Amino acid sequence: MTEAAPAPAGASSPEPAHGLYLLREMVRIRRFEERCVELYSDMRIRGFLHLGIGEEACAVGVMQALNGDDAVVATYREHGHALARGVTMRSAMAELEGKVEGCSRGRGGSMHLFDKATRFFGGNAIVGGGLPLAVGLALADHMQGRSQVTACFFGDGAVAEGEFHESMNLAALWHLPVLFCCENNLYAMGTALESSESETDLSLKAASYRMPAWEVDGMDVVAVEAAAVAATEAVRVGGGPHFLELRTYRFRAHSMYDPDRYRDKAEIEGWKHRDPIDHLVQQLASVGSLGEGELEQIEQDVDAEVDDAVAFADAGTLEPIEDLERFVVTEAPGPGTGS
Amino acid sequence: MSTVTYREALRMALDDALRRDERVFLMGEDVGRYGGCYAVSLGLLEEFGPERVRDTPLSESGFVGAGIGAALGGMRPIVEIMTVNFSLLALDQIVNNAATLLYMSGGQFNVPLVIRMTTGAGRQLGAQHSHSLEGWYTHIPGIRILAPATLEDARGMLWPALCDPDPVLLFEHGALYNEQGELADDAGSVDLDAAVVRREGSDVTIVSYGGMLRVALGAADGLAEEGISAEVVDLRSLRPLDTATIVSSVVRTHRAVVVDEGWRTGSLSAEVSARIVEQAFYDLDAPVARVCTAEVPMPYAKHLEDEATPQVRDVVSAVHMLGA
Repeated sequence: MTEAAPAPAGASSPEPAHGLYLLREMVRIRRFEERCVELYSDMRIRGFLHLGIGEEACAVGVMQALNGDDAVVATYREHGHALARGVTMRSAMAELEGKVEGCSRGRGGSMHLFDKATRFFGGNAIVGGGLPLAVGLALADHMQGRSQVTACFFGDGAVAEGEFHESMNLAALWHLPVLFCCENNLYAMGTALESSESETDLSLKAASYRMPAWEVDGMDVVAVEAAAVAATEAVRVGGGPHFLELRTYRFRAHSMYDPDRYRDKAEIEGWKHRDPIDHLVQQLASVGSLGEGELEQIEQDVDAEVDDAVAFADAGTLEPIEDLERFVVTEAPGPGTGS
Repeated sequence: MSTVTYREALRMALDDALRRDERVFLMGEDVGRYGGCYAVSLGLLEEFGPERVRDTPLSESGFVGAGIGAALGGMRPIVEIMTVNFSLLALDQIVNNAATLLYMSGGQFNVPLVIRMTTGAGRQLGAQHSHSLEGWYTHIPGIRILAPATLEDARGMLWPALCDPDPVLLFEHGALYNEQGELADDAGSVDLDAAVVRREGSDVTIVSYGGMLRVALGAADGLAEEGISAEVVDLRSLRPLDTATIVSSVVRTHRAVVVDEGWRTGSLSAEVSARIVEQAFYDLDAPVARVCTAEVPMPYAKHLEDEATPQVRDVVSAVHMLGA
């Protein structure tokens, strides 16, 4: 059996410009989501809104390992994945406001961001439901001889689903190019991992399917990137599926409806001390990679980008009601698929 | 013309599709080395190899979802599920992904996938292999539902289904696999949209599909001996329904009997009846009648299974009740 193992270590500190880029990406996600909270209170965003505040390093770290023609399958807590993948903040915000300029024309909302240009296949709100899709996308790459990788994000809750096990098995059995990224934030909505899993070592489960499975500090973007790069390189050259267990934590409640009764306040505060943004700021500062005013500049730029995205969404249009039944079926027969 | 079975006609369609398009592949439980649980794909592994005739583990949700993903990735998968009852293990993927991705993504991601499965009773396979759940699937927007009842449709529906940019579910009736008949040597693609009048008549319209078509035709034969002229409509496409063909027949005959192997409650027969009532109410000389399967899980014993499922005599007596 393949052993579950710590991820291979990368460079202790990123090259300065890249470090600032990682920081900027995480700050973009953080500020975007904080603005979402305001817009939700203002009733401009409705439905379920799941925030990944605290988990930014997972999305940002993994995306660094992917090429433009790789595919991404994500969950309903996917604002960060979409933004880090390159879905524009404007189109994401417009989607959350239900506007036709949104990345899913306002059909999907927060839980269903899709973007063909960046091969971002959702936004899947059935826990575990995205894993078989990722296996199939990888099967298509394999059968067509392409050296592309499909990165599939899911949470620790998905590990209890049959689709997780079916997908692990299929991917390993057929040696498919999938990078499984399990964001283990310790809670499946309100149920703690130890209350839902007889074996709480999730990497061990993946390893039992004979795929390399690495445990990664999901609060450290540099560590996530290093692991994702190493895994993706192996997957891309025929190394078969790899599994990353990204140990992370969400600082906010499960959704806007969640009073968060099930988590200990001290536990939450403890994890907040490991904030991935603060961690990277300290890391960059300690090696002199964060110059005077650079963090402030990033914050300023990001604020401007978020303002612009909100203005874009506010100015957006509602899809005409005549279009309600469009896209139940494809309008013009043809070969156009998501490939 | 050649004499072929329904099974052979389905195999010819698979063979043809695999030959015509490199993107087409078949996957499912025992489709390869075993030759298909109903021997439909027998010999295809030897011809096309294990990449394109792909045996899967018993993971219906996993491999149906993988079919959806492969379709998104540019392939044209044909996924076989052994029987409609097993498709319930893949309902999440069919309903939550295949049927919704295009709409949820605002038109960006279509799913060109065909899922084949066996449906229906008549083989003493009991309550977990014999149900007719295709009517359930007709509830779902975003998927096309086909039911080949003839050799021509068994041979001809697959390729146009693969050309459809959206997901198609193709229901093969298990009791038809050994049915034998003549098939034109140049038989090929058929239209998927239209219901077809399989027998013309003037006194009553019998609407049916799939395995019930032969029951409807048998009833029409019997009724003809009594001097009652029954028209038989084969739905072929269960979603979307070709309401126009049904209604135009009923407008001429003024009476309708819907024969459906599904259970009566919440069934496809209810939908067809409702459409007739909505669109041809004033042309009806009698209430719409339905002949459906008894509302029991399918029993094993032959006499009970026969009693549970619509038989020729049930259809004949339903027609008599309408005063035709």
